[in-house]
Amino acid sequence: MIGLEVYLAVIMLISLILYMLTGGADFGGGVWDLFAIGPRAKTQRDIIHHALAPIWEANHVWLIVIVVLLFVAFPVAFATIGTALHIPLTLMLIGIVLRGTAFVFRTYDDQSERVHLRWSRLFAIASIITPIMLGIALGAIASGTINADPETAIVDTDFVSSWLKPFPFAIGLFTLTICAMLAAVYLTLETDDVAIQEDFRLRALIATISVGVMACISFLLSTNGAPAIRAGLGNSYWSIPFHIVTGLIAILGIWSIWSRQFKLARIVIPIQVTLIILGWGFAQYPNLVAPNLTFSNTAAPDSVLKPVLIIILCGGILLIPAFWYLYKVFKGRSLTE
Amino acid sequence: MEDLLVARFQMAMSLGFHIIFACVGIAMPLLMVIAEGMWLKTGDNTYLTLAKRWSKGTAIMFAVGAVSGTVLSFELGLLWPTFMAYAGPIIGMPFSLEGLAFFIEAIFLGIYLYGWERVPRKIHWMSGIMVLLGGTFSGIFVVTANAWMNTPVGFSIVDGKVTDIDPIAAMLNPSSFTQALHMTLAAFMAVAFAVAGIHAYFLRREPQNQFHRKAFAIALCVGAIVSILQPISGDISAKRLAKYQPIKLAAMEGQWETVRGAPLRIGGIPDEDNEVTRYALEIPKALSFLANFDPNSEIMGLKDVPRENRPPVAIVHFAFQIMVACGIVMIVAGILGGWLAWRKKGIPTQEWYLKFITICSPLGFIAIEAGWTVTEVGRQPWIIYNIMKTKDAVTSMPNLIIPFIGFTILYLFLSVVVVILLRRQIFYE
Ligand code: HDD
Ligand code: HEM
Ligand code: HEM
Repeated sequence: MIGLEVYLAVIMLISLILYMLTGGADFGGGVWDLFAIGPRAKTQRDIIHHALAPIWEANHVWLIVIVVLLFVAFPVAFATIGTALHIPLTLMLIGIVLRGTAFVFRTYDDQSERVHLRWSRLFAIASIITPIMLGIALGAIASGTINADPETAIVDTDFVSSWLKPFPFAIGLFTLTICAMLAAVYLTLETDDVAIQEDFRLRALIATISVGVMACISFLLSTNGAPAIRAGLGNSYWSIPFHIVTGLIAILGIWSIWSRQFKLARIVIPIQVTLIILGWGFAQYPNLVAPNLTFSNTAAPDSVLKPVLIIILCGGILLIPAFWYLYKVFKGRSLTE
Repeated sequence: MEDLLVARFQMAMSLGFHIIFACVGIAMPLLMVIAEGMWLKTGDNTYLTLAKRWSKGTAIMFAVGAVSGTVLSFELGLLWPTFMAYAGPIIGMPFSLEGLAFFIEAIFLGIYLYGWERVPRKIHWMSGIMVLLGGTFSGIFVVTANAWMNTPVGFSIVDGKVTDIDPIAAMLNPSSFTQALHMTLAAFMAVAFAVAGIHAYFLRREPQNQFHRKAFAIALCVGAIVSILQPISGDISAKRLAKYQPIKLAAMEGQWETVRGAPLRIGGIPDEDNEVTRYALEIPKALSFLANFDPNSEIMGLKDVPRENRPPVAIVHFAFQIMVACGIVMIVAGILGGWLAWRKKGIPTQEWYLKFITICSPLGFIAIEAGWTVTEVGRQPWIIYNIMKTKDAVTSMPNLIIPFIGFTILYLFLSVVVVILLRRQIFYE
C-alpha cells in the first residue's frame, strides 16, 4: 500500500515541473530582455512582453501551490526550510516582488524610451536573481547539510553554511540556464519575423549548450556537494537507461533548434527539462530535506492528506479546461499551426 | 530591537500592505462586471470605456496583490516556523482551497485583461464573473484560517502533540462565518467608496461628464448597499467575541472590571498601569445589551486574566473606535445618497454631497486596517488563542531587523509608484 504522502510528493514534483516549464520560462524571458541587443533589441523586448503579459500571473500560482502543499502535507519540512534557508528565500521573494511589479509598471508608466528601459532593466535583473535563489534553495535542500529533528522541528543551523557552498550555487546557475533555454525556444514561435526568429534561435542554442555545461558541473560537484543525490543518479538500477534517454533527448533538442524545427524543439526541450527534474526527484526520494527528514516522517496525518488530495483532484478537473482555454486564446497560433 | 517584536512588525506590515491590494482584487471585478453588463444590455459605449478604464487600474493593483501575497505565504514559514509546524496541517484545508481560487482568478484575469479583442463578448463577461468569484473565495478561505487562530477547534492535544485533526471542522470554526462575512463586506465597501470618491472629485469639475456620472452611480450604489449591511455583520462579530474571546472584547471597550450591565464607551483613554479607562463617554448598559441582547448580562473585564495574558489595551481600544467611527460616517453617506437619489429620481450630484463622498474615499481602507489591528493585536499574546503564545512561535533566525527594513523600503517604493501610476491612469487618459 502506497502511503498518501507519496501521492502528494508526486503532485508537488509535477507542480514543480509545471512551474519550471511555465513560470521558469517567464524568468527566462527576463534574461533575454536583459540581453536584447543589436538592431532589433526593441522588437525582441516587445515580443517577450506580449508573450508574457496574459499568462505570467497564472503561471506564478504553481509556486504558491508548491508552498501551500509543503506546509499542509509536510509541515516540519516547511518549518525547517523556512528557518535554515531564510536568507536565500528572502532574496528570492524580493526578486519575485520586483519582477512582477516592474513588469506591470512598465506597461502602465510613461511610455518614453528612458522610463521604459528603466523598468525593463529592473524586470530583467529580478528575473535573473529569482531563479538563481530558487536553485540555491533546492540545491541546499538536496545537499544533505540541513540537520533537523523530525520530531521537534528544531533545526541545527547557522543560517548560512548549508547554502553558501559551490553545489547550491551551481544548481542556482543551472536553474537559470534552464529558464533561459525554455524561454528562447518558446520565443522562436512568438513571431513571424524571420530575423527575430533567428535571434532567438541563436539564443536558444547558446542556452542549450550552457544547460549542458551546468549539468556537467553540477554532477561533478555533487560528489562532495550532495553525495546522496550523486549516489542516486549514479548507482540506481534506473540510472544508466535514464542517462541514455536524457542524453538522446538533449541531442534531439539541440538538433531541432539547429535545423530550425522550432515546433519540434518546443516539444523536445520541455521533455528534457522534465527528465532533469524527474531524475533529481527520484535520486532524492525518499528524502525530503536530507539527511533526516523524509516524506514519510514529516507527513501530516491521513485525515489531513485525504481531503487535500480530493481538493486537488476536483481542482484539476476544473483547472485543466480553464488552462487549456487560456493558452488556446493567447498561444493558439503558435501551438496549432 | 527584540527579534520577536520585529517579526511581528514585519508580519503586520506585510499583511497591512497586502490587504489593500487584495480588497481591490475582490471588489473591482464586481464594478467592472456591472459596467460591462450594462454595456452588453444597453449598448452604450460609455459603459465599455468605463469597464476598460477600470480594468487598467485593476491590473496594476492585481500584480502587487499577487506578489505581496506570495511574500506572505513564505513569511508564515520564514517568521513563524513553529506555528506552521504545529498549525500547517490543521489550517491546510482553506489554504489548499485558496490555491484553487487563485488559479481560477489568475487564469480568467489573463483572459479578462488581455482578451477584449480575442474572445466573444459573453465569454469575456463570464471571465469577469470568474475573476470575481475567484477573488471573493480566496479572501473567504484565507480569513477562515485566521478565524481558526482566534477560535482553534478541530484537533486534540495528547502529551503536547496534535492528534485527531479534522480539517473541515477547523475550517468551519465558530469565527469563520462572522469574520468572512465582515471581511468580504469590508472589501466591497472600502473599494466602492474609494472609487465613488475619485469620480465624485471629477464630477465636481465637470458635472455633466457621462463617464464619471455612470462610474459614480455604480460605485455609490454598491457602497451604499454594503454600508447598511456592515454594522449588522459587525454586531454579529461582537456577539461572537463576547462568547469566545471576552478578553478581546474587554480590550476593545476598555472594560477592566467584570460587571453586569456594562456600559458602551465612546472615546476614552485606557490606562494600563492603573487599570482604568478615563474620559470616555459612557452609554449605560449598552455593551451588555449589544453583546448579549440583555442589558444586565455579565461582561468579563480585563482584570480577570493575569497581566501577561492581556493584549495591549490602548491600541485595541483606539483601533476599534477608529473602525466604528469610519463605519458610521460611511453609513450616513450611504443612507443620505439613497435618500437624495430617491428624492431627485436620479444621481445625487449636489456639490456638497460630492464633496462629502470625496472625503469618504479613504475611510473604508482606514477601517479595514483598524479592524485587523483589533482582531490581531486583540488576540495577543496568543498566536493561537489560549494554545500557543506568539513568542513561542517565532523563528530562531537572528537580525530580523535587516529583512524588515528591506521589505519596508521595498513596499514604500511600490506604494509610491502605484500611486503615481494610478494618477496617470486616472488623470491623463
Ligand atoms: C470597511 C471596513 C469596516 C467597517 C466599516 C467596520 N468594520 Fe469591523 N472589521 C473590519 C472592517 C470594518 C475588518 C478589517 O474586516 C475586520 C478585521 C477582522 C475581520 O474579520 O474583520 C473587522 C473586525 C471587527 C471586529 C472583530 C472581529 C474579530 O476579532 O473576530 C468587530 C467586533 C467589528 N469589526 C465590529 C464592527 C462594528 C460594530 C462596525 C460598525 C460600524 C464595524 N466593525 C465596521
Ligand atoms: C484577510 C486577509 C486576506 C485577504 C482578504 C486576501 C485576499 C486575497 C485576494 C483576493 C487575492 C487575489 C487578488 C490579487 O491578486 O490582488 C490575494 C492574493 C494572494 N494572497 Fe491574499 N488575502 C489575505 C491574506 C493573505 C495571507 C495571510 C496570505 C498568506 C499566508 C495570502 C496569500 C496570498 C497569495 C499567495 C496571493 C497571490 C495569488 C496569485 O498569485 O494570484 N493572503 N489575496
Ligand atoms: C490582511 C489582513 C490582516 C492584517 C492587516 C493583519 C494584521 C496583523 C497584525 C497587526 C499583526 C501583529 C499583531 C501583533 O503582533 O501585535 C498580525 C500578526 C499575525 N497575523 Fe494577521 N492580519 C491579517 C490577516 C491575517 C490572516 C488572514 C492570517 C492567517 C491566515 C494572519 C496571520 C497572522 C500571523 C501568523 C501573525 C503573527 C503572530 C501574531 O502576532 O499573533 N493574519 N497580523
